[in-house]
Amino acid sequence: MANLKLSPNIAAADDFYAELLAAHEGLGKDQSDALNARLLLILSNHIGDRAVLSAAIETASNSG
Amino acid sequence: MSKIFETPIYPYSRSDDQDAISPRRKEIIIIGAGPVGLAAAIDLAQQNVPVLVLDDNDKVSFGSRAICFSKRTLDIADRLGCGQALVDKGVQWDAGKVFFDDRQVYEFSLSPETGHRHPAFINLQQYYLEDYLVRRVRELETAGAPIEVRGRNRVSAIAQHDDHVTLEIDTPEGPYNLESDWLIACDGAGSPTRQMLSIDFVGRVFEDNFLIADVVMEADFPSERWFWFDPPFNRGQSALLHKQPDDVWRIDLQLGWDIDKEEEKKPENVIPRLRAMLGDDVNFELEWVSIYTFQCRRMDQFRHRRVIFAGDASHQVSPFGARGANSGLQDTDNLCWKLKLVLDGTAPDTLLDSYDAERVFGADENILNSSRSTDFITPKSETSRLLRDAVLDLAEHHAFARPLVNSGRLSVPCTYDASPLNSPDDLTGGPDQTRPGAPCADAPLEDGFLLNQLGDRFILLSINADAPETLSESGITVDRLAFPATEALLERYLGTAGSALYLIRPDQHVAARWDTFDEPAIRAAIRRAIGREN
Repeated sequence: MANLKLSPNIAAADDFYAELLAAHEGLGKDQSDALNARLLLILSNHIGDRAVLSAAIETASNSG
Repeated sequence: MSKIFETPIYPYSRSDDQDAISPRRKEIIIIGAGPVGLAAAIDLAQQNVPVLVLDDNDKVSFGSRAICFSKRTLDIADRLGCGQALVDKGVQWDAGKVFFDDRQVYEFSLSPETGHRHPAFINLQQYYLEDYLVRRVRELETAGAPIEVRGRNRVSAIAQHDDHVTLEIDTPEGPYNLESDWLIACDGAGSPTRQMLSIDFVGRVFEDNFLIADVVMEADFPSERWFWFDPPFNRGQSALLHKQPDDVWRIDLQLGWDIDKEEEKKPENVIPRLRAMLGDDVNFELEWVSIYTFQCRRMDQFRHRRVIFAGDASHQVSPFGARGANSGLQDTDNLCWKLKLVLDGTAPDTLLDSYDAERVFGADENILNSSRSTDFITPKSETSRLLRDAVLDLAEHHAFARPLVNSGRLSVPCTYDASPLNSPDDLTGGPDQTRPGAPCADAPLEDGFLLNQLGDRFILLSINADAPETLSESGITVDRLAFPATEALLERYLGTAGSALYLIRPDQHVAARWDTFDEPAIRAAIRRAIGREN
């Protein structure tokens, strides 16, 4: 599926996850949702490749 | 103040057609003297095609209505003989600002490219456009052109026959009948013609109301399009401010779905809303108020045998993007030269099916763009709003998010990529913007501008290429226009090619292009462009 990486790709994954949680600490639901939305858009732009983005949307849609 | 829209400009007067014993036959009847119907009439009359316009009213439209006219519309109006008048009266603009809450998050310019005769947009009240078009009709009449506008002539019944249409028309002095070879319905979104012929018009309804107000004020705001998402003065909704001529400003305020329209329209409710937006120290006077809702929809086909639909009668979009009147003028621009060739017997009547193919394609593009703008401006779910607000927050600080901000994708003419009238692109290295199907890009010449040299007829544009001065094929005479390759021509028509020949349609769209003169290929392309060859 495109070039979407679905094998582990983040070094020190636990550190990353902790950082993500820390960014949400102390935020209410609305603020947290807004942060997630901004993050999503920043990361999407960084990826840029439309085929990869489509594959990511599809993968996320089918994984819930 | 005496208003332009209070004076009849094509008052009823009796025609001897009303006294004829049997119904007279016309070549082309147009229903509707709005911008689209009038443009069609002028276009045809300029080509010496007799044309009669019927309208149930006798005045220009009430209120400012459509106000943003695109460069393409001005280019078309040039060909119709009133482009400069519109530009002289209109307010030119090419910049816009976007605000979110109380902050400016984004600023844009619509004309990055120089060397076009006309600005990206002008703002002009629709009644002025109609007034200039009617003046042009009068000019043509005076010069003896076969054009007539009949006010207070309401078409009450239409019947289709194999080779003509019959109409029953009501007037202040009673009814009469006419026949016409062709009928062009330009009678607006509520098209009575469409209803009389029982043709469906389905699409997406947007559950939202917008208050539209024209105010007269002397204010220091620049001639820019200002758009607010969720501003303090209209919480949770959007707002738009735009300048028109005569110190008239257009203000658009989203109101939501569950409102009492009659209440909201009352000045005592409108004025506090405007006061909240404009501040306490601005003096303004309310000129016109209306509340509108909208749909995005189109007819399945724009041609129904001898009846051809154009403008809002055939397609409707949300107002974000100025894609209503501008696309209607592109409809008639596309239609009239084809109709002329069919009437002359130069082209088969199947050429008119390409009007359907090309303008349905254009309508779909407009509907897609305006639906997306509407979804961004008025989010339909909590998540949609969340993402929209994230885009706006990011846009304030980071360039990457700005292309996602959608306060309306403003009207640009479409490129008929899949048109049956196009020949395959045969110009290696030619610029994408002038590929077959594209509207010609304007360019400055040593004297004047390129687009003013085109139009009304087929042209063979040659740049650094040899070609005969004139060429006749299947009843079409194609004149050559040759220009030395100025910098803009090079950039817009040559690209990396050394020479180029363009076959350009009467509506200034590219039909075909080559690097050198290839007579059989050019002849085939001409036949294809008039529907005589697949």
